[in-house]
Amino acid sequence: MKTRHKRMAFILVGLAGLAVGAGLVLNALNSNLALYISPTDVLAGNIPKDHQAFRLGGMVVEGSLKRQDDGLTVHFDVSDNVETVTVAYTGILPDLFKEGTGVVTQGRLTDGLFKATEVLAKHDENYMSPEVAEMLEKGEKAKQAATGAVAPY
Amino acid sequence: MIPEIGHFALILALCVAVVQGVVAIAGAQLGIRSWMAMARPAAQVHFILVAVAFFCLMYAFIYNDFSVKYVASVSNSMLPIQYRIAAIWGGHEGSLLLWGLLLAVWTMAVARYSRNLPLDMVSRVIGVMGLISVGFLMFMLFTSNPFDRLLPAAADGRDLNPLLQDPGLIFHPPLLYIGYVGFSVAFAFAIAALLGGRMDATWARWSRPWTTIAWSFLTAGIALGSWWAYYELGWGGWWFWDPVENASFLPWLVGTALVHSLAVTEKRGGFKNWTVLLAIFTFSLSLLGTFLVRSGVLTSVHAFATDPERGVFILGFLIVVIGGSLALFAWRAPKVGLGGRFNLVSRETFLLMNNVMLVVAAGAVLLGTLYPLLLDSLDMGKISVGPPYFDAVFLPLMVPMIFLMGLGPIARWRQADLPDMASRMKWAAAVSLVMALILPFVMGEWFALTSVGFALSFWIVSSIVVSTGERLLKTSGSSSGLGLLRRIGALPKSYLGMNIAHIGVAVFIMGVTMVNTYEVEKDMRMEVGDTVSMSGYTFRFDGVTEIEGPNYKASRGQVLVTVDGETEAVLFPEKRVYFVQTMPMTEAGIDSGLFRDLYVSLGEPVGNGAWSVRVYYKPFVGWIWGGAFLMSIGGIFAISDRRYRLASRKQKAQEKTAGQAVTGQTAAPVQTMERE
Repeated sequence: MKTRHKRMAFILVGLAGLAVGAGLVLNALNSNLALYISPTDVLAGNIPKDHQAFRLGGMVVEGSLKRQDDGLTVHFDVSDNVETVTVAYTGILPDLFKEGTGVVTQGRLTDGLFKATEVLAKHDENYMSPEVAEMLEKGEKAKQAATGAVAPY
Repeated sequence: MIPEIGHFALILALCVAVVQGVVAIAGAQLGIRSWMAMARPAAQVHFILVAVAFFCLMYAFIYNDFSVKYVASVSNSMLPIQYRIAAIWGGHEGSLLLWGLLLAVWTMAVARYSRNLPLDMVSRVIGVMGLISVGFLMFMLFTSNPFDRLLPAAADGRDLNPLLQDPGLIFHPPLLYIGYVGFSVAFAFAIAALLGGRMDATWARWSRPWTTIAWSFLTAGIALGSWWAYYELGWGGWWFWDPVENASFLPWLVGTALVHSLAVTEKRGGFKNWTVLLAIFTFSLSLLGTFLVRSGVLTSVHAFATDPERGVFILGFLIVVIGGSLALFAWRAPKVGLGGRFNLVSRETFLLMNNVMLVVAAGAVLLGTLYPLLLDSLDMGKISVGPPYFDAVFLPLMVPMIFLMGLGPIARWRQADLPDMASRMKWAAAVSLVMALILPFVMGEWFALTSVGFALSFWIVSSIVVSTGERLLKTSGSSSGLGLLRRIGALPKSYLGMNIAHIGVAVFIMGVTMVNTYEVEKDMRMEVGDTVSMSGYTFRFDGVTEIEGPNYKASRGQVLVTVDGETEAVLFPEKRVYFVQTMPMTEAGIDSGLFRDLYVSLGEPVGNGAWSVRVYYKPFVGWIWGGAFLMSIGGIFAISDRRYRLASRKQKAQEKTAGQAVTGQTAAPVQTMERE
């Protein structure tokens, strides 16, 4: 009988450990996920509610990079070839950041300006990460859908 | 011609690996001695063939044979010789070959240092490793052959990714892979035990040193990678919870659980099934890690090859290995048995809790790493799981585990006495609480988490002092200076190794706590002559000059650091542009010290000779890697324990008295083993 009790106790400890783990995971996942959202979706208003952070991906528009007077704050436009969103970022840009290449930024949208807390520029030899490629693909589809609806007339 | 020899050697190696796997295991199952006797020679031939293939590839790299596609894709004639050699594992195909070579080396080592193991055990272990090699060689030959020709040959190579052109590439991947592949030995021992239905303390004693040494290498490899990222990426961070880092951290977490669970299996004959299961998981996660990083499934700084075609093979291989071994486990585990009994309060329980928390932590990290991949493959949108997630799940699990780490080593096996432990540990607890409260005020700022970090760090150290002191009281001799050191040195190596590794954890926690709380970071625009002060250091930007390296041009900044007008250091952060890939690269300027790093990296020119500059003061950051290094040393120390050598010499005698080790990690009187 005693052995069985002991075994039960161990099973309970194990389950408690798992439960705590699962609780931590769910709690943390809830508040720390960031969705990838394209400029088209941003302008269509499909962004997370409650002013939550999300990731905006696309191409940095050529000639859009402007440095503010403090020498550290930059503004640049991110586009999925359909729509464009202006991003503001204060800090040092990553090595691979370049106009005309792909970028992923994380931050919040405030009054139409995307205030980024993080700028990621990771890519392969095609200067495009899969996330950015998907943004562009989505934009292309949206464009086709739009022109397709207009074309017959 | 040379690449063809390499290719041919790989094909032959595959044939030998099939023989090594099938004949050795079949021989052991059917009890045919002559078949079993083939295991060792087969392992040797297999090693020679893979080594020939590896050196053929190395030859192609050294002599710039750009008619080999892989060489043309990751090397260049301007690349310095040491990076041409390291470039062998700078891409997917070559890393697989390195993996295969290390697997062959480990197999050879098993064949060499297992003279006293029963023949059927050895042939099963070598056979299982042969089968793993079959999978890898097939993967290489069918989907990622490093010897594929490029016709016509390229005029020059596309060059190694500039991020990788660093001494870090020479050491980090091999160390990491030695660790990954080393767990295949633990895995092979576990499978051999399942196949043979024989699993006792002797089994654990054979398996344990292999597991520990693999773990030590993996620890060193991860730490080195972290240090490399710290100085190379220019962000000043040491861990990013990047999927690729997680891929190496997962086998480490489960491997750490395995190291501890093996202790119970060896000492008390307990946790048998659990140990086998952990060995399977550890190696499965190593495989997953290898493939995740190199398959291009993950986008990250490390993933350079993108080829979804390989995904199918990888998935198939993982399913065969993980599914097959779990099925075998389900079928054979009841034969292995559960092992010794123990009470609710005992060292076994502490180790069990360590295991539960490590495995739960690994599960949480695995989930965070794979969740985005899963959602993406189900077409449910792209998400990213950021560092806050990992911090939020990881810390609450590690805090209680570290607390128990102080108690486990002083608890008796089988049955411990809580009040007794509490009275032995009261001074240790008092010291760590006092330090946790005082130290933040000495440093200048108090946060709750900072105190928790300090408390844990001092708790580990003071509990080790207590337990070592108790042990020393039982020996005689001088109690000061050299004499004391000599008496400590005379303690069993495995006990010392454990304590060194645990002190490593304390040092690591100290570093993390200090740097997370008290680091100072400033991004700013600096003109020539501008100064900035932080934490008593004054940084003066002295402008940028153009310099030229072997295969890059660089803007090199000069930053003078002074303390009260006295020169402390001169830093030279660089911004490099490599000729071939025309990719800019930041090289941070770092002055490392025992108690602080000063870290400067260049952003970009912002006009009028001014640059954007990032300056860090990082207290105790070196302790992070120092701690990991101590853990690694501790592991190596532990396996030099004389009982492992005695075990191999006096194997017969050991059969009877297994568990009553020549030395023990426990202060408790050695009790006789309970077997089922």
